Amino acid sequence: MGMQSQDIIRRSATNGLTPLPQARSHEQEVAKLIDVSLCTGCKGCQVACSEWNDLRDEIGHNVGVYDNPANLTAETWTVIRFDEREDEAGKLEWLLRKEGCMHCAEPGCLKACPSPGAILQFANGIVDFQSEQCIGCGYCIAGCPFDIPRISQKDNHAYKCTLCSDRVAVGQEPACVKTCPTGAISFGSKAEMKDLAATRVQELQSRGHEGAGLYDPAGVGGTHVMYVLTHADQPSLYHRLPDNPQISPVVRGWKEWLKPVGALGFIATLAGAFVHYMGVGANTTDETPPPEPKSKQDNAEHDPNENGRDA
Amino acid sequence: MDNSTLVLRTKLIDRMFHWSMVSCFTLVALSGLSWFFPSLNWLGYVLGPPQLARVLHPFLGIAVFALLMCMFVRFVHHNLFVRTDLTWFKHIVDVLLNKHGQKLQIGKYNAGQKILFWGIMSLISLLFVSGLMIWRAYFAALFPIPVLRLALLAHSVAGLALILLVIGHIYMGIWVRGSIGGMISGYVTRAWARQHHDRWYEEEVAPTKPLPSKRHG
Ligand code: SF4
Ligand code: SF4
Repeated sequence: MGMQSQDIIRRSATNGLTPLPQARSHEQEVAKLIDVSLCTGCKGCQVACSEWNDLRDEIGHNVGVYDNPANLTAETWTVIRFDEREDEAGKLEWLLRKEGCMHCAEPGCLKACPSPGAILQFANGIVDFQSEQCIGCGYCIAGCPFDIPRISQKDNHAYKCTLCSDRVAVGQEPACVKTCPTGAISFGSKAEMKDLAATRVQELQSRGHEGAGLYDPAGVGGTHVMYVLTHADQPSLYHRLPDNPQISPVVRGWKEWLKPVGALGFIATLAGAFVHYMGVGANTTDETPPPEPKSKQDNAEHDPNENGRDA
Repeated sequence: MDNSTLVLRTKLIDRMFHWSMVSCFTLVALSGLSWFFPSLNWLGYVLGPPQLARVLHPFLGIAVFALLMCMFVRFVHHNLFVRTDLTWFKHIVDVLLNKHGQKLQIGKYNAGQKILFWGIMSLISLLFVSGLMIWRAYFAALFPIPVLRLALLAHSVAGLALILLVIGHIYMGIWVRGSIGGMISGYVTRAWARQHHDRWYEEEVAPTKPLPSKRHG
């Protein structure tokens, strides 16, 4: 939702010629840190998310995996992903990941969105959809490198995790953080969360998880939802978490390159037409009759007639 | 000017196809531009509030495509390229500089108009296919996201190219006096036909509608 108490650093479909609300000078970047090594897959965070946000998704069907609901929807903003894997030694490993919006520093959803103000990025780093401004075009789905936004079949507006922007704005942590019984989810300033992550990564490494590390992908400028992964060298093990996410070059081409080229095309076409018209004038028709029938006798009397009628 | 100086160039049914397509296209193009250039967001209000514009744009786009297909059937045989189109290309500079005089062997449509015809046909077809793909309410979920991205880009490129082409088309209509009136009433003057479409005049107009030899009242 729109937060009058927040500075806004980006607003969808809005040029930067006039400043956005920036009166506050002390807003901190926040971050949620999800330590997958501590997650037991209890889905308490999913319940807390539904409760706080008043979301009640339809009861689905078992599709043969523990993921439940089977996917993110307009009414399910976070899902625990369960991925089984056999490691090099043939030992079974269960990789869990709480999936949801990453609150990218360079959000592809916001870049793609054509509706002014339908997506805001606050100075604290939260990327929030303003659903009443959303037109339901689905461009955000194409823009997001993480396949997060979903459009409701009921109301044709896009939805995703808000990072509980309403709670954060009044100094509370997101509902999932408050609920998590194992302490796998932490919330604080981005700097604090990076420090915490560094400690956890060290612990994990000292216990033999050499690949442990922080997932804060630089390709999208870093994120405000970060993971501590036991296999940070292979993020895609965790339910196709992109190894190196970035806004697709196709989306960049469309939004950053084609737009100015298109604008130039318009200016050139209109200016070209105008200059041509000024230069050569209207292409009028010479209504005097053709020269060739003059040889024929009866045209001698016809020609003046035609001219007379035209006049 | 009486009937003997006027020749029917575009039949009523074809004019109706043309102008209904123009009406739908204007609405589709303006709403499309409002999303491509968000600073021109206000253009989209021709279709009501933005959410409604998003609903209507694809349906109107389908109407444009359907009308285009009708026009394709009606016009394609006049728009096949022929050898004499080369003459027009060779004299393109004279044509643009308003230098009349030479016989350019122009049929019912000149080579530039034929390029426009095929350009519009292919661009609207591309817009139709890519538009269906990115249509959130019905089809977008059937395609993987990387394909949707390409479809969105293709839709934008084709939309821009088409609008620029149509601006050129409108300008030509304004520049060549008598064209717009001709597309509304269907009639152009004999002299207009002779000057702008000499081969059409000689092959199709003059034989079927000879100049009257006597003044009639
Ligand atoms: S994860 Fe996707 S939806 Fe969330 S901020 Fe990044 S681009 Fe937007
Ligand atoms: S669906 Fe809504 S939020 Fe997503 S790009 Fe379109 S207008 Fe923006």
